[in-house]
Amino acid sequence: MDESIEIFDRRIVRRHRDRAADGFRDHDFLFREVGDRLLDRLDDVKRDFSSILELGCRTGGLSAALQSKYPRANLVSCDLSPAMAVHAQQESGTRPTLSADEEALPFAPGSFDLVFSVLDLHWVNDLPGCLLQLRQAMRPDGLFLAAVLGGDTLFELRSSLVQAETSLESGLSPRISPMTELRDLGGLLQRSGFALPVADADNLTVTYADPFRLMQDLRAMGESNAANHRRNSFSRRETLARAAEVYFEQFADAQGRVPATFQVFYMTAWSPHESQPSPLRPGAAANRLADALDSQEESTDDIVN
Amino acid sequence: MNSPSDSPSTSSVDPKLLEILVCPLTKGPLEYDRERNELISRQAKLAYPIRDGIPIMLPDEARALDD
Repeated sequence: MDESIEIFDRRIVRRHRDRAADGFRDHDFLFREVGDRLLDRLDDVKRDFSSILELGCRTGGLSAALQSKYPRANLVSCDLSPAMAVHAQQESGTRPTLSADEEALPFAPGSFDLVFSVLDLHWVNDLPGCLLQLRQAMRPDGLFLAAVLGGDTLFELRSSLVQAETSLESGLSPRISPMTELRDLGGLLQRSGFALPVADADNLTVTYADPFRLMQDLRAMGESNAANHRRNSFSRRETLARAAEVYFEQFADAQGRVPATFQVFYMTAWSPHESQPSPLRPGAAANRLADALDSQEESTDDIVN
Repeated sequence: MNSPSDSPSTSSVDPKLLEILVCPLTKGPLEYDRERNELISRQAKLAYPIRDGIPIMLPDEARALDD
């Protein structure tokens, strides 16, 4: 059963987005906020990108922002969900838009000098494979800039559901997606052939009137659980009610609202190019360390004696 | 965006996009079938549909070619 290795059911990820597409713009605050933060990072990069991919474009709001930042660039908007892509296309009128699976990307080598992706890659089963394909689709010295949801995301909801399930049902259902750890990301980028990888984290807290509003919002964003092996039946009504009680008891603030934490991991990396700083090969030094330090060089034998 | 040969209801795919697209499974070249509005991967024996000018590069959505 090699299917059991797949954490996410990609068809479900797609279906959730297809269903969310029509109403997405009323629930896209998280994407706008994280997108703005990622766009800010581009201000620090003094370069005019000419060929840009936005991966996971949803209804195209951020593609529009990217295009106004780089008006001369060819920008391609891409989403797993054809329904989202239709909205993105309508939003722009003329911008090249397509639907593609992040795990099987359809781009020729050297197509892009900027790949920009907001809250998309946390739904990918094979992240190293996806990063490798993206790197291959990039030109040398191209920038990869992405934000994904991290492991602390929705810890309040998770904990409440776990407590409710263990008290009312037999065992747990994998209900909320497993997520990558920050410490893994730099290594993943490096293994995929990227240079100068940087990963950092940021928490966003959103408060809701009650936990059900949060769950509605997640559905409307197309971000509800798509983990494989989740229970096929709907959650029992009393389990959800119990989870909401636990959520209130343990996490509600002084105003009686419940917080929901979204942990965001940001990834920055470059496709390799000879102009980038890189370590020299061992033995390639042109000057002696002893000369630089203005001291005598001693062999290790002398010190051991 | 529409070339004269296209029916008014089907907008054709952006030529700049066609230049960079390959088959997602084989990474091999694609042929643009104007008449059927599909992108054909001979190696994968699949035809990817183009709907309203949007290439749907999902193997699940592609038509299997029998030859």
